[in-house]
Amino acid sequence: MSLVDRVVLLGRAGLDTLAALGRSGLFLVNVLFGRARFGNGWTLLVKQLHAVGVMSLAIIVVSGLFIGMVLALQGYNILVGYGSEQAVGQMVALTLLRELGPVVTALLFAGRAGSALTAEIGLMKATEQLSSMEMIGVDPLKYVIAPRLWAGFISMPLLAMVFCVVGIWGGAMVAVDWLGVYSGSYWSNMQNSVEFTEDVLNGLIKAVVFAFVVTWIAVFQGYDCEPTSEGISRATTRTVVYASLAVLGLDFILTALMF
Amino acid sequence: MRTRNLELIVGVFILAGLLALAVLAVRVSGLTATSTGSTYSVHAYFDNVAGLTPRAKVTMSGVTIGQVTAISFDKNRYSARVDLAIDSKVDTLPADSTASILTAGLLGEKYVGISVGGDDELLVDGSELYDTQSALVLEELIGRFLLNTVSKDD
Repeated sequence: MSLVDRVVLLGRAGLDTLAALGRSGLFLVNVLFGRARFGNGWTLLVKQLHAVGVMSLAIIVVSGLFIGMVLALQGYNILVGYGSEQAVGQMVALTLLRELGPVVTALLFAGRAGSALTAEIGLMKATEQLSSMEMIGVDPLKYVIAPRLWAGFISMPLLAMVFCVVGIWGGAMVAVDWLGVYSGSYWSNMQNSVEFTEDVLNGLIKAVVFAFVVTWIAVFQGYDCEPTSEGISRATTRTVVYASLAVLGLDFILTALMF
Repeated sequence: MRTRNLELIVGVFILAGLLALAVLAVRVSGLTATSTGSTYSVHAYFDNVAGLTPRAKVTMSGVTIGQVTAISFDKNRYSARVDLAIDSKVDTLPADSTASILTAGLLGEKYVGISVGGDDELLVDGSELYDTQSALVLEELIGRFLLNTVSKDD
């Protein structure tokens, strides 16, 4: 392969990436601001909230519980060396609210709900359900994409909050009930150091941003996939990889801006 | 009927999420409505504020009565200027009250403690606390202690 060919390939890859970015942006604008709004699509949204949000609750609660318990155990083992094991509550709460809550929820959400969204929409495209809808004059963006997108936006921040609460409770269980940290100092240390606007709201903002990015990537990858079984599998993989990378990268930027 | 059940489950899910936010606000961050009350600002000059940060507590008798709003360096006085916002309910502080920088616990955060003076004049918005005590810097303390032991040996 000559040098020129390589440069040509590079240029093509760059153009393809740019085109995909443009398509996904237009797609998002069309879904969110298209003249077709929910109307009687309320039931569609409820159904998607159930599929995307409620069905993810189990994995979120279980992981939150174990992450909180592990944080408390690790923190206790280190802090007890300095005789300040009371600070374990503050450490667990700050770690969960600022970082692990939004980030781990987003990663789990991308794996649990994002991949399902991509596969579902991709299969609809491959079996030409989307084009048949267009044929009979029904906008698939309105009836298929928009409810899923909104369901993701709404449910992921809620899941992140549940994750934090369960994690802090799991931390309390390990630190207070098993390791014998005085429960008064566990909670009061936590309340002294955790600020509502600084920690809780910033964590919530992170969760909202991640929800937006993960759901957007998942839905767009499904809508834009190659309509073959191989294409669907590739799109699903891309959803999880892109969403995870986007979440971790954005987390750094958001942390740098916030704290 | 199935849709109704679905709606019920989703409703419970959304409630659970909002409840979690409420728990985080009240139980974890100890949010109270009093933090938005009106304040008046005073300032004080310290030789050394090592470790004091904006938003640190201002306490009196161990009760929080305000917070540090800004810390800056005054190049004319070669000292640190600390701006304090004090709860306007606490409006009976004598003008010669002492502000000292204290540490919560051995390794805890720094905060400003105010001990009451005896002046008839009161602190008002914009006034200065003249009597200040700087932060305790562990290295300086150890250095002074070592110097003392050396000079005793001579």
